[in-house]
Amino acid sequence: MPQSSFVMFEEEYREITAAVEKLLRESNAKCVYLVDKDGQLISSSGDTKDIDATSLASLTAGNIAATGGLAKLIGEKEFSILFHEGERDNLHISVVGQRVILLVIFDKRSSLGLVRLRVKKASEELGRSIQKLLDRMAADVDKENLLKEITDDDIERLFH
Amino acid sequence: MDGLFPHLKMSFINYSSREINCKIVYYGPGLCGKTTNLQFIYRKTRPEAKGKMITLATETERTLFFDFLPLSLGDIKGFKTRFHLYTVPGQIFYDASRKLILKGVDGIVFVADSQVERMDANIESFDNMKINLEEQGYSLSEIPYVVQYNKRDLPNIVPVSELKKMLNSNGIPDFEAVASDGLGVFETLKAIVKLVLIELKKGA
Repeated sequence: MPQSSFVMFEEEYREITAAVEKLLRESNAKCVYLVDKDGQLISSSGDTKDIDATSLASLTAGNIAATGGLAKLIGEKEFSILFHEGERDNLHISVVGQRVILLVIFDKRSSLGLVRLRVKKASEELGRSIQKLLDRMAADVDKENLLKEITDDDIERLFH
Repeated sequence: MDGLFPHLKMSFINYSSREINCKIVYYGPGLCGKTTNLQFIYRKTRPEAKGKMITLATETERTLFFDFLPLSLGDIKGFKTRFHLYTVPGQIFYDASRKLILKGVDGIVFVADSQVERMDANIESFDNMKINLEEQGYSLSEIPYVVQYNKRDLPNIVPVSELKKMLNSNGIPDFEAVASDGLGVFETLKAIVKLVLIELKKGA
């Protein structure tokens, strides 16, 4: 089995982040995060400075994984939308293209209906961007290959 | 469909934020010291190199879903290296959770409990790990992993030569440890980080 990394280039990041920012604006949300199913943060936008994004990404992926496990137990493929209602802020979590997770944090300036509607639209756009990225990776047309250039000395130096 | 590439190891290289992200999972039987390893790493790491440690545990401090610790380990070729350390819940009945946490793993630390009475539990957990990896299309022979023989300070322990026969017939890097005192904890971490990076490089 070949080793494979998920590699994202600058212009792919910009395209994905533009879609995330658009969703933020159109849904009146506080912040929006795009996370992969393994818990790595891909992109974020909005009022994110007080939130620990690394923890958020990891727990979101854990949440989706656990819910996916529940779905399989009762014979569903997955639950593609989760909604958590808080006293002040709410979380809308959805799976995009079965591959990445979109997390929207919103308060009373928005509504569940609006967020759902905008997420649905943004998901199509993001799904296309992610698919493009995957196609590029499958075709193995990396413009530069960082990993090949790593030397044993580089690895050794991490520990000094 | 799980992750961007189901059945593939899943480091994430982000050219925009210039980061290499990898996932390392600590596996082993209940109470073998997986969480203790992470707690020691957390305590001994500079604040700027670590994120918050998350522990999803029961009221009796048994791991319920996972522990999570993000670590930064310096730069390679101008890219920050970030390692996400996870533990699995060791208790047998949490198998569904263990499977979820193994997804997208880049490297594994198998933590064994050196006490005589835990040998069956070690072997059971090791076999369980192999089965759970295979279910997801991984094979232990293809994934970087190291073994840690923990609790070497306790009186009733099995000699390392015996442990090696049971848990390390392939002669992969292994370490003696007393995780509660930090003995062997960073040696183990360094070894798995190196193996993961070498594997990344090989596959490039």
